[in-house]
Amino acid sequence: MATETLTWLLPLPPLLAFFFIILFTNKRKALSHSLAVGAAALSWLGSMVVFVRALGVEEFGHEVFESVVDWLPTGDKFFQVGVLIDPLSAAALFFVAWTVLMIFVYSIGYHNFGQPKGDHDVPGLPPHGATVLDGKGKKKHVLSIEPMYSRFFAFIGLFAFGMYTLVVSNNLLTLFVGWEIMGLCSYLLIGFWYGKPSARNAAVKAFITTRIGDVFMLLGIAFLYSATGTLSFREIFTEETMHVLATTPAFFGLSAAGMIGLLLFIGTVGKSAQWPLHVWLPDAMEGPTPVSAMIHAATMVSAGVYASLRMFPLLTADFTGHGLTPAMSVVAFIGAFTAIFAATIAVAQNDIKRVLAYSTISQLGFMIAALGIGAYVAAAFHLVTHAFFKALLFLGSGSVIHGMEHGVLHTGNHRLDPQDMFNMGGLRRKMPVTFWTFLIGGFALSGFPLVTAGFWSKDEILADAFGHGHWAVFITLAVAAFLTAFYTMRQITLTFLGKPRTKEAEHAHETPLTMTVPLVVLAVFAVGYGWVGIPEHFPLLGGLIPNWFHEFVGGTLLERPEAVAFSIWPLLTSLGVALGGLGLGYLAYRNVQSAAQDKLQIPFLKNKYYFDEAYNFLFVRPAAWFSEVFVSKWIDKGLIDGILHAFGWIAGKLGFIFRTYFDAPVVNGFGDLVGEGTKKAGSAIRPLQAGRVQYYMVVSLSVALVVAVLYFVLA
Amino acid sequence: MSIPLSWFLVLAAALFSIGLFGVLARKNAVAILLGIELMLNAVNINLVAFWRYGNIAEISGQVFAVIVFAVAAAEVAVGLALIISVYRRRNTVVANDLDLMKW
Repeated sequence: MATETLTWLLPLPPLLAFFFIILFTNKRKALSHSLAVGAAALSWLGSMVVFVRALGVEEFGHEVFESVVDWLPTGDKFFQVGVLIDPLSAAALFFVAWTVLMIFVYSIGYHNFGQPKGDHDVPGLPPHGATVLDGKGKKKHVLSIEPMYSRFFAFIGLFAFGMYTLVVSNNLLTLFVGWEIMGLCSYLLIGFWYGKPSARNAAVKAFITTRIGDVFMLLGIAFLYSATGTLSFREIFTEETMHVLATTPAFFGLSAAGMIGLLLFIGTVGKSAQWPLHVWLPDAMEGPTPVSAMIHAATMVSAGVYASLRMFPLLTADFTGHGLTPAMSVVAFIGAFTAIFAATIAVAQNDIKRVLAYSTISQLGFMIAALGIGAYVAAAFHLVTHAFFKALLFLGSGSVIHGMEHGVLHTGNHRLDPQDMFNMGGLRRKMPVTFWTFLIGGFALSGFPLVTAGFWSKDEILADAFGHGHWAVFITLAVAAFLTAFYTMRQITLTFLGKPRTKEAEHAHETPLTMTVPLVVLAVFAVGYGWVGIPEHFPLLGGLIPNWFHEFVGGTLLERPEAVAFSIWPLLTSLGVALGGLGLGYLAYRNVQSAAQDKLQIPFLKNKYYFDEAYNFLFVRPAAWFSEVFVSKWIDKGLIDGILHAFGWIAGKLGFIFRTYFDAPVVNGFGDLVGEGTKKAGSAIRPLQAGRVQYYMVVSLSVALVVAVLYFVLA
Repeated sequence: MSIPLSWFLVLAAALFSIGLFGVLARKNAVAILLGIELMLNAVNINLVAFWRYGNIAEISGQVFAVIVFAVAAAEVAVGLALIISVYRRRNTVVANDLDLMKW
């Protein structure tokens, strides 16, 4: 099959799976997950074929796989949509295909396939466990299957369709379509357990917060289309178009390119949960863990960075390599600030998934900061490695929670929070596969030197910041990297090392194969993927394996970016912060037994700098006031209803007047007069009808006589 | 022809008036019926008298008189039957008591 045709087909299987599950197989759990996983596997296979073929093309940046069709007639031309595989999308396709497939498989185990139905499980709430009789007739509590099992697979199928659409798009419009489909799925899946008020609120919060970014993004798309007349990447990023955009002045002293880039970047800020729109991501952890892993760590939030990578030429228009453009400064500031800001919050969180959520925000900040300083390849590299190790970490945390739920069912203490790290401890013995893979993921996240992928990608960002003299960014990111290593080690120490702190942790249990196999596969990438991007001039290791990633992805741009010159200082910094953070994290939390002993439980950090409260005060409450008091009470009930009530009152009054002064006297009076008159006339002449025949005769004769007499007299 | 027409007419008028009086004044329904018969026969006298003093060749006056007889006979038959029926039901033949038709 031609590669272009294959690319068109990539997003389709998950979409078909979605429709099939929704329409036909909703009641059949095994068939539903087979369909979904089968579809993901098909897309995965197609993606790998496309990826391998892309590898085989020399100078792939120029010779891309692209295919377009006419879609919307726009005057005498057509708006064209199509698919495009260039180095960037090939790299994205690779990690999307792998993480999506792994997470689909993992979901089977996570939602307890093969377990009995729960005793009192209801759709909309997480399963509570079932009671079964074991061989000896003794009652036993086991995990129970998710009541809305098929629905979950349908939703993640639709999500996968959105992600594939976004990656293979050759233009901003279909990219945006995929982007919004993912937004919808994010909403649906965060609110998957809609019986929980917190999940409902989190879903609404995520949807509205990302919507703010999306509105700006749509504005950017509209601006771009009106400025260039096309939304296709390869048509925009030609030298002439870019030159025109870069020289057209827009608002606030920015060029059109910078303005459009910033508007599109705000979309990324929403989607990738950058400060100040980061608030939705931690709450999104209310969803099932595979959702957290796929949507809120590996793919959807990465899509934000991916879109920014796509728009990189717009953001960096006018960039000569010395001194950042205003647009780039904004991006670099937001990225770097978010990186350190989220890292400081992560240090004080106790929920195993929340730590990872803030870590995700922080790592996305790294990528955005890298973009802001023009380190295109480094940002893309970190995007891919982060997708792998963060998906791994989330799946690992899901596995831990699952294991803890085993313990909870064993002791029957349902009030214990299975996600609180202070309730864990010593899980390395109980859950060895989860422990080792989580350790690999955690070390990759911390940037453990040489072996892990996270080290190479993070080091490249730091080296780039150092190499181009962006000191503020360099120092901020270095501190953030230190904090990253610190909270990661804190998490590992609290969760897996030491002794179990609760009975539940003692009875935790390793999770089934469907969950551990994806962990192992992702762990392989969390280590191995770093090796494709080792800088050439790295001491000892450099040059052993060619710096493939840089050559490959760098080819996406018109001008292949220069690899930054090697310097020992950023390398030493990387080594220092990673090892220092890990070591300090271990030392500090080795003996901590409860949250009370944790010195970093500072209310200010624990409450996330009170951002939720501030937003609540600044935006939510005024909006609620505006809708409840101003719109509802004053405008709707007061003004609009008032006008209607006034009309009603006037009509009532008019009616009363008509009734009293016209209807009752005139109309009724006339009617009554006719009736009454007839009645009166009747009773007046009633005596005539005496019933005596002779009397009638006398009367009629008299009348005849009178008439006759009158006739004669008058005649 | 010694007796003039006016005599017959006077007789007929007198007879008619007696009949009319009977019809209007008598209480007994049979008597009222008798009054009617008187009035009908007064008419018959008129009819025959006009024929006798008119064109004798035209016999329509006599024919009329015969028809009136026949009608009178039928009428009497029906009338008496009615009166008997009323008497059986109401045990009276006084016309004033038979006021079922009153409003």
